[in-house]
Amino acid sequence: MTTTPAATSSLTAPAATPGLSFGQAVRLIAEREIVTRLRSRAFQVSTGIMLLAALAGVIAGGALGGRASTTTVAMVGDVAAVQQASGLAVRHVDSLAEATTLVRAGTVDAAVVADRSSPAGIRIIADESSPDALVAALSVKPDVSLLDPPRIPSGLRYAAAFGFALIFLMSSATFGGTIAQSVVEEKQTRIVEILISAISTRTLLTGKILGNSLLAFAQVVVTGAFAVIGLSVTGESATLSLLGAPIAWFVIFFVIGFVLLASMFAAAASLVSRQEDIQATVTPVTMLVMIPYFLVIFFHDNSLVLTIMSYVPFSAAVGMPLRIFLAEASWWEPLLSLLILIAGTIGVIIVAAKIYGNALLRTGAKISVREALRSSGVD
Amino acid sequence: MLEITKINRSFGARQVLTDVSFDVPGGRITGFVGRNGAGKTTTMRIVLGVLTADSGEVRLNGALLTPADRRRFGYMPEERGLYPKMPVAEQLVYLARLHGLSQRAARHNTTDLLAKLELSDRAGDKVETLSLGNQQRAQIAAALVHDPQALILDEPFSGLDPLAVDVVLSVLRERAAAGVPVLFSSHQLDIVEQLCDDLVIIADGTIRAAGPRDELRDRYAGTTYQATFGTDAGWLRDQPGITVTDFDGPNVIFDAGSPEAAQSVLAAAVARGPVLSFSPRRPRLAEIFKEVIQ
Repeated sequence: MTTTPAATSSLTAPAATPGLSFGQAVRLIAEREIVTRLRSRAFQVSTGIMLLAALAGVIAGGALGGRASTTTVAMVGDVAAVQQASGLAVRHVDSLAEATTLVRAGTVDAAVVADRSSPAGIRIIADESSPDALVAALSVKPDVSLLDPPRIPSGLRYAAAFGFALIFLMSSATFGGTIAQSVVEEKQTRIVEILISAISTRTLLTGKILGNSLLAFAQVVVTGAFAVIGLSVTGESATLSLLGAPIAWFVIFFVIGFVLLASMFAAAASLVSRQEDIQATVTPVTMLVMIPYFLVIFFHDNSLVLTIMSYVPFSAAVGMPLRIFLAEASWWEPLLSLLILIAGTIGVIIVAAKIYGNALLRTGAKISVREALRSSGVD
Repeated sequence: MLEITKINRSFGARQVLTDVSFDVPGGRITGFVGRNGAGKTTTMRIVLGVLTADSGEVRLNGALLTPADRRRFGYMPEERGLYPKMPVAEQLVYLARLHGLSQRAARHNTTDLLAKLELSDRAGDKVETLSLGNQQRAQIAAALVHDPQALILDEPFSGLDPLAVDVVLSVLRERAAAGVPVLFSSHQLDIVEQLCDDLVIIADGTIRAAGPRDELRDRYAGTTYQATFGTDAGWLRDQPGITVTDFDGPNVIFDAGSPEAAQSVLAAAVARGPVLSFSPRRPRLAEIFKEVIQ
């Protein structure tokens, strides 16, 4: 136990220590959140899986959608209709018996013979099921004029709805859960008391939300980039041009919508003191993330539900870009929805900051939201 | 000097601090004593700004505390904790920077402090991999790494192994010697008595006694005396107005009732034979504590 001046001065920092602004403190906290996450094995693995899934989805989608089907047909004699139809590989045979043998052997999909007794003047012979594509190709169809033609094939419509919702669900659940865990970790290990003796709870909350939002955003951008690369590699540039604007809107809505959810996850997590209790308060927030996901899957072709969803802050990030993609939204609608989302987010942040600030030092049993809003009572 | 003036605080309907006032002078170690639930932690949290007071103020060198001042305080909460999965040195640098130090100063202080606490070879290890004793040292480092202007330590000795106690003691003395106000709470009265220059005793949210340790001991000495005579002191028990509380051959402890009565006892003793010692008896902290918290 010596008290030497040398020992004292060795600990002394430069006398004029620069102060720490709100922005600098937020940056420090956000930085720590990001570095900690990037180092975590779970994060590395889940990001890898997400990227592979995006790439595989695009490639599989292209392979399925782009498959051109040709029907091979055995023709007895000359049938005018077959010669005029496109997409048929025609094989000339001499007799009906020979054609039937080829059909049975599966060498050709069907045989076509002239038949005067049929109203169409031809007969199609197939093995087990009626070859619809061939029937359609040989049918005489009246011309149809659509007054309001759909731009988006229904398969793509479903894929887009599913894609937006899936990315939103995955990112929100992953990073929302991460924020919740990191809030409880600080509470459970009690380091939070040291932290808030140096900085305000508002600074801490802002830093945590910012750090995790940036990571979530980066993950979505990288996933999006993979999807775009996939689309152009598989030659689906037409789809790409349709998706461009909705993706841009999705990113804008996602960023703000994510901040909204992140604040709620942080506030919910601050109500408990142990990782074991986290599910109890975080589950309601998780439900708010799941709802848009299921609404999109079940109601992607119901425009009333989609319209409502595109204005509700929790589901706007999925609903509005989808409606833009489907060309169902007027130009002002995304702006209005964005305003509602921003207002809702600000409101939620104010309430969340209050809950978070009041609940941080209260340890022990789970605290109710009402209690946390009322006072910061600490025993 | 840190001045705490008329702090009040209640949680709901329960008033936990009532007009709490005391000073923590720079260059001295102040011990903050009280039972569990007396209000020690709440008071310290209010000084640090972790909690707000309903009324009252805290001043440092005459000026009201600002968040920037508080950022330069060193705090060791009663509930210990660091990030378990973060390397020791990285964590200390992070905490130092949150307290406003530059990256360079934070690194410099971290390296110095780890060397001093003999933790240098564990600098890159995660906190959770350290032994309990080393985790406690890391915790001490967390309170000191930003070279604090004031130290507030809540039960710094509880749960410490003997080696770590020595480290904390030396660090507190060193800080105090550098002119920093040091306030620490404890319920281990013997450590407080041994270490601190000043004492603050709190019970049920009110300050019961505060001041330099020796002054307090004198104040609560009352009219109790201890004496050692050359012969058996048994005769003292028959003196009117004198209450003997402890007696063992020539050694005796007694309450004289008044200083004058004590002088008469001394005169009588000198008349009977040699008097080897005769002095007012300074109470131990535990005795003062028992008396003032009632």
